[in-house]
Amino acid sequence: MSITREEVAHLARLSRLALSADELDRFAGQLDVIIAAVARVQEVAADGIPPTTHAVPVTNVFREDIIVPPLGAGVVLDQAPAAEQGRFRVPRILAED
Amino acid sequence: MTETITAVPYDEAIARYEPLIGLETHVELGTITKMFCGCPAAFGAEPNAAVCPVCLGLPGSLPVTNRSAIEYTIRIGLALNCSIASWCRFARKNYFYPDMPKDYQISQYDEPLCTDGWLDIVVDGIDFRVGIERVHMEEDTGKSLHVGGATGRIHGADYSLVDYNRSGIPLVEVVTKPVPGTGTLAPVVARAYVTELREVLRALGVSDVRMEEGSLRCDVNTSLAPRGASQWGTRTETKNVNSLRSVERAVRSEIERQAAVLDAGGRVIQETRHFHEESGLTTSGRSKEEAQDYRYFPEPDLVPVAPAAEWVEQLRATLPELPSARRARLQAEWGLSDLDMTALGNAGALDLVADTVTAGATPADARKWWLGELSRHANESGTELAALAVTPAQVARIAAIVASGALNDTLARQVLEGVLAGQGSPDEIVAARGLAVVSDDATLLAAIDAAIAAHQDVAAKIRNGKAAAAGALVGAVMKATRGQADAARVRELILERLGQAYPLRDP
Ligand SMILES: [Zn+2]
Repeated sequence: MSITREEVAHLARLSRLALSADELDRFAGQLDVIIAAVARVQEVAADGIPPTTHAVPVTNVFREDIIVPPLGAGVVLDQAPAAEQGRFRVPRILAED
Repeated sequence: MTETITAVPYDEAIARYEPLIGLETHVELGTITKMFCGCPAAFGAEPNAAVCPVCLGLPGSLPVTNRSAIEYTIRIGLALNCSIASWCRFARKNYFYPDMPKDYQISQYDEPLCTDGWLDIVVDGIDFRVGIERVHMEEDTGKSLHVGGATGRIHGADYSLVDYNRSGIPLVEVVTKPVPGTGTLAPVVARAYVTELREVLRALGVSDVRMEEGSLRCDVNTSLAPRGASQWGTRTETKNVNSLRSVERAVRSEIERQAAVLDAGGRVIQETRHFHEESGLTTSGRSKEEAQDYRYFPEPDLVPVAPAAEWVEQLRATLPELPSARRARLQAEWGLSDLDMTALGNAGALDLVADTVTAGATPADARKWWLGELSRHANESGTELAALAVTPAQVARIAAIVASGALNDTLARQVLEGVLAGQGSPDEIVAARGLAVVSDDATLLAAIDAAIAAHQDVAAKIRNGKAAAAGALVGAVMKATRGQADAARVRELILERLGQAYPLRDP
């Protein structure tokens, strides 16, 4: 198994990361090592052992449908890099066509 | 994006192509709090008033699932005849958009809570069973305002403003299987399905199902295949269709557009399209191929949901009578034809009539008032019946006063006008205006003698045996008493007075 430079570029685009040509090469190699390490798990995973996403076999952890007072607009907008009209101000989302 | 294709007239399109439709309906659940945090979920708070670290996606915050949201979803699944998964997980759907502050949406992917059900609908007397593929949970996103640019749309905007009050509101997505065999009825079937689904959700009490506020919204899938073809065509997905009428129009316009593409030897592209309310047309959105890399993986911050069979059965026991069963029961109880029932449904009067009957009116009286006088009012004022300023209990009271003989229909209509004008309850209006049928014969006879004196020619005809001429005198008396007389009694007294009658009852 090996991660191609094109796959890293695709992942970078999905993650909105601007990577240089050097970085694409370097990360492809590093990701390859990580994937190979994880792949070793498959060597010991026998048939009949279901994949786990949790270390502890717990199900049905719920909260009751009861209001916990929210922070309030003043507090959260104080922490925002920019705010306007009681809302978070974010940079332009789409580039101009 | 410019598209120069000329749509094919609908009937021609249907003559050559067989449509296949499918619907994905998003429903905001009416829980008190959000899906994974305790922030209030009510609509209409000040921007960003209902947010916390969890629904803002702040580092270190952890989601915990709302038990009611799970219960609502299971009840929806049961009402739609689905199987309930005994074990399922949430997944992360990764994409970047400022209205989703975590940069992923918690959703369900390959392990939906409810699968493989159906919803039956009737269109033009034809039964359709719409298969339900899945019912799964996810969380809603925040809402953006786009600033700058001419249109207020995201294109050309300088920047955007985000309100996270809706972020984390529990959403349920109900996905149908493809619905074949609808033919020319495809747009109407789509609309009827959403209408019935909305009724079911309303009966369950799990959502306020207001399309105009976005608590119920549809994506409509449409594809065409040449008649007789063995394979279905490529489908498009029309996003965020936000009224029942638009559901119908969106399917129709996609059929007309795709037929034109296929007629010209072209190929329908699998893509997302946007519906435009003003024109009823769809335009191309981003292409699906590019947008689909969501890198789903099981949500590590949440444990699996594993509803025990007993829990599911407890929830099944809480299901209310579903709309189709209720309609069948009321139709039988009221002795109505299919046509009568359809008329009640189309007028939006079914619940109102049912409530009026519950409040004591006969089904015939309840229907008469809601489909007659009150429908006329609703039409004239351009509102829905349910929005009129009169309650079923008040309508039942007016019917009861008429039944007691204290008011006739003319006076009852005046009382109704008063109620609609906010002048009080029926009894208050009757008292305030002194409305009552004049049953005092002495008063009536005075009015009758005056009418006879004023219309000697008519009186002479009656004396000579033409009882049918009495109508003119009855009209004069009713006018003189401002409608407060019992017309049948007036007629009796006139005939007696002019020597023509065999009295039907003692004076
Ligand atoms: Zn919150």
